[in-house]
Amino acid sequence: MIDREGLTYVYAVVPDTPGLRAALSDVRGVSGSLVSLLGEHAPTEGEERPDPLAFVTSRVAQDEFDERTLKARFEDLEWLEDVARAHHEVVQTIARHDTVLPLRLATLYENDDRARGALAAQRHVFAERIALLRDRSEWGVKLYIRSTGPSEDRDGAADPGGTTTLSPGKAYLRRRRAQHSAQESHYRNAREAAQRIEALVSRFTTYRVRHPAQHGELAGPEENVLNDAYLVPDGRTESFRAALAALAADLDGVRVEVTGPWAPYSFAMPPPEPAPHGDAREGPSR
Amino acid sequence: MSVADPTDPLPGRQVALIDLLDRLLSGGVVLSGDIVLSIADIDLVRVSLRALIVSVGSEADPLGSPSLGQA
Repeated sequence: MIDREGLTYVYAVVPDTPGLRAALSDVRGVSGSLVSLLGEHAPTEGEERPDPLAFVTSRVAQDEFDERTLKARFEDLEWLEDVARAHHEVVQTIARHDTVLPLRLATLYENDDRARGALAAQRHVFAERIALLRDRSEWGVKLYIRSTGPSEDRDGAADPGGTTTLSPGKAYLRRRRAQHSAQESHYRNAREAAQRIEALVSRFTTYRVRHPAQHGELAGPEENVLNDAYLVPDGRTESFRAALAALAADLDGVRVEVTGPWAPYSFAMPPPEPAPHGDAREGPSR
Repeated sequence: MSVADPTDPLPGRQVALIDLLDRLLSGGVVLSGDIVLSIADIDLVRVSLRALIVSVGSEADPLGSPSLGQA
């Protein structure tokens, strides 16, 4: 189908297999268009290419995805969510059938030929990455600290119950002190939980990406202090999750949240230059 | 302290948008497509969404941050 007005939206790099082609035959992506596999050019004679790759693509309307519109649209959270969920749905569908190397949201080419050129240009990098990701999934591990109830803090207002003989000022200070001390103990517990996570996950994986802690309107009311992604072999996910579930049971004020399995979004890119000291974006977690 | 039941099936449950954006805006292979938002404009994305997701792109290590550093 030639659509001169459309653009080629690329979701992911995948092994080009008949099974995956069949599995994706009626899957719809961004804007509800059907996705398809865009395979490589046939190898030239004598060229070895045992494991063909493909882009998973769909057509999108040019006037919705040209550069100017896209910049504006990225500030429209509702639109962004629609595109993000559609992109994710395609990637997760692939992940259920085969290894997937997801692309950054909104990777667009003028047409299939241009996309195919990009695939050819980096096929060795893609093939290596897919080999590394095979039979592994990404798991998110987040650590939250429960807020020490602002409801207990009436900002110095007198206690209407009249159970205290303290002056309003002293009662306020006492409440603040108690709240502060509870918060401190929660932070201590969170640090303990973080250390346990660190020790535990090293039994399962050496690949970690540390996302920034989540703040802002989309984050929940609890304070997020750890937002990690781990690449875990598929055969070990149950024991990984079970170990994490028990990890902080005795630690008050702390909550561990495990999300996944994710397609390996956080592990799609080779690591950037290692930092001179400290925390590499990806690497042995211990 | 609570954790989702480790045996319940996570696939199928709708993922939180913030977790998805963590991955889709800072993860994934970055190619310089014909319509480039991925590399050059990630800063723009970061700025645009700053009010909503302060975290995108920050390199802070929560284990070393003041929130956990000094109790």
